Amino acid sequence: MGMNIAEKILAAHAGADTVKPQDVVEVTPDTIVLIDVNFQIPSMGWEFLRIADPERVLVVFDHYVPAKDIASASAHRLGREFVRKFGIKRFHDVGLRQGISHQVIGEEGYALPGDILVCVDSHTCSAGAFNAVARGLGTAEVTSATCLGKTWFQCGETVRYELEGRIAEFVAPKDVFLHLANVYGAHTLQNMEFHGPVVEHWEIDERRALATMCAEVGVEFALFPCDRKLEHYLHARGRSGFSPVMPDPDARYAAERRIDVSGIEPMIALPHQVMNNCKPAGELNDVKVDQCFIGACCNGTLEDIRIAAQIVKGRKVADGVRFIVTPASQNVHRQAIEAGYVGTLLEAGAIMTSATCGACGGSALGVLAPGERAISAGPRNFKGRMGSPDAEIFLGSSASVAASALTGRITDPRSV
Amino acid sequence: MADRIQSRVWKFGDGINSDLILPGHAISRPIPDQRKYVFEANRPGWAAQVQPGDVIVAGFDFGVGSGRPTPRVLKDAGISVILAESFNGLFLRQCVNFGLPIMQCAGVRALFEEMDPVEVDFDAWCAVNRRTGRRVEANTLPEMLKRTMLTGGVVPFLISQGYIREAVPLRPA
Repeated sequence: MGMNIAEKILAAHAGADTVKPQDVVEVTPDTIVLIDVNFQIPSMGWEFLRIADPERVLVVFDHYVPAKDIASASAHRLGREFVRKFGIKRFHDVGLRQGISHQVIGEEGYALPGDILVCVDSHTCSAGAFNAVARGLGTAEVTSATCLGKTWFQCGETVRYELEGRIAEFVAPKDVFLHLANVYGAHTLQNMEFHGPVVEHWEIDERRALATMCAEVGVEFALFPCDRKLEHYLHARGRSGFSPVMPDPDARYAAERRIDVSGIEPMIALPHQVMNNCKPAGELNDVKVDQCFIGACCNGTLEDIRIAAQIVKGRKVADGVRFIVTPASQNVHRQAIEAGYVGTLLEAGAIMTSATCGACGGSALGVLAPGERAISAGPRNFKGRMGSPDAEIFLGSSASVAASALTGRITDPRSV
Repeated sequence: MADRIQSRVWKFGDGINSDLILPGHAISRPIPDQRKYVFEANRPGWAAQVQPGDVIVAGFDFGVGSGRPTPRVLKDAGISVILAESFNGLFLRQCVNFGLPIMQCAGVRALFEEMDPVEVDFDAWCAVNRRTGRRVEANTLPEMLKRTMLTGGVVPFLISQGYIREAVPLRPA
């Protein structure tokens, strides 16, 4: 019996001929991403005295940029001291090449086909778009992996999705994900592997948007194949010499699902979870919103800002609505300015923030008051996530969020 | 940590997530204070009622969400074991690493009422309702993970081996 993508990558790193579901493997990750959160000591991290291999470690500040209080400023300072002490070469401090770690991993080509990449953050499954095994480990395990140079995985079952059909205008990977999350719900302890013409059609950022969202159905790894588009993307970033990992023809899957995306509409996740809890945007037009947010690890890309600008061009944000746009990196921000998107958004009444996780985590830049309601292009809508536990968070694509900003109600972007 | 635990049960539903366990605003508070905010959004007042050794019985996808140190704050609140229909993979890993014993038991939720006395046995991988006498089998964990989970997790090892230090005061540069 053959292996799927995740099993092959795990087996190659474990030095095993085969890996199957339930097997526990010990592996050396190729890349360990530390973020500012890891230096929130003692609440989220510990002081490192010895680490295994500085060459495999990179540091990105993303959750609190720029620092919002003494605690986050102290975390940044400890992070900079860590970088100096251990001679970390790949460091994305506040400034030129900073961004949300999952975005930066793409921009810099830090995750390559066949790699294993780990980070504390649950949305690290994002890097599955690069044909890599990637996931969040939590605070203790990423610390342990940094110190010991190794970690473990218990291989889960894999569900294979074949995305077919013609995707409608203004329907984004986010909408496809919310459709899947609504129909199939939890993928606890499972991997999701995506194939098909729709995947081939999507740009790498769009694949990454879908991969990132998979954290919300509890996935272990989200996996995409390596195709010419991904090879080109990585070559453009100076990366070569990698080996694509494709599933064996007789690979085993817990389920194989063919999804015709043609009928998928712009979808919205209702408060307070995405699993089995989504509706088409067109059915929610009665829902008024106070805040509209585009950004975060899944949807702060140039394409998200482009489509938002296209939708609001020449129009104004509705009275009483706050429209916050947070680019996922400084690089995205610069490109959005050059393309004129930022000017268009500001003219309409949006505000642009620094490149950070921002309003998604509720710690800064767009916190919700009790009784308020937001539509967010971020990945997560848990109760209390963006501030008050008495606020409500709806999730949608950047197009849906931009359309809603114009009307002050949850709006299908095809209707504005 | 004993392999056998006797205690009383608090019942929770499906999808108990990381942000309910440890709200974002609580992360920047001193660790000893964080336990006051556990479940403040879904079960206000619970943190003041829970007693050392208490057990949580919950539904599916317990712990879904972020990589924040949720098992630590549950331990600090007094929880000795969590029994659930299923656990999120990241949360499971965190429980191994922070030494919070958990057991995945199909059907566990129907077996217990709130405040029922419970006995949990990690040698036999089962839980027993001491009021009704009914028993539920658990999915086992690989021996290596079980050992780490029942002996306080990975952090004490990293500290004892000189890899990390718990707290660092910021000094003038």
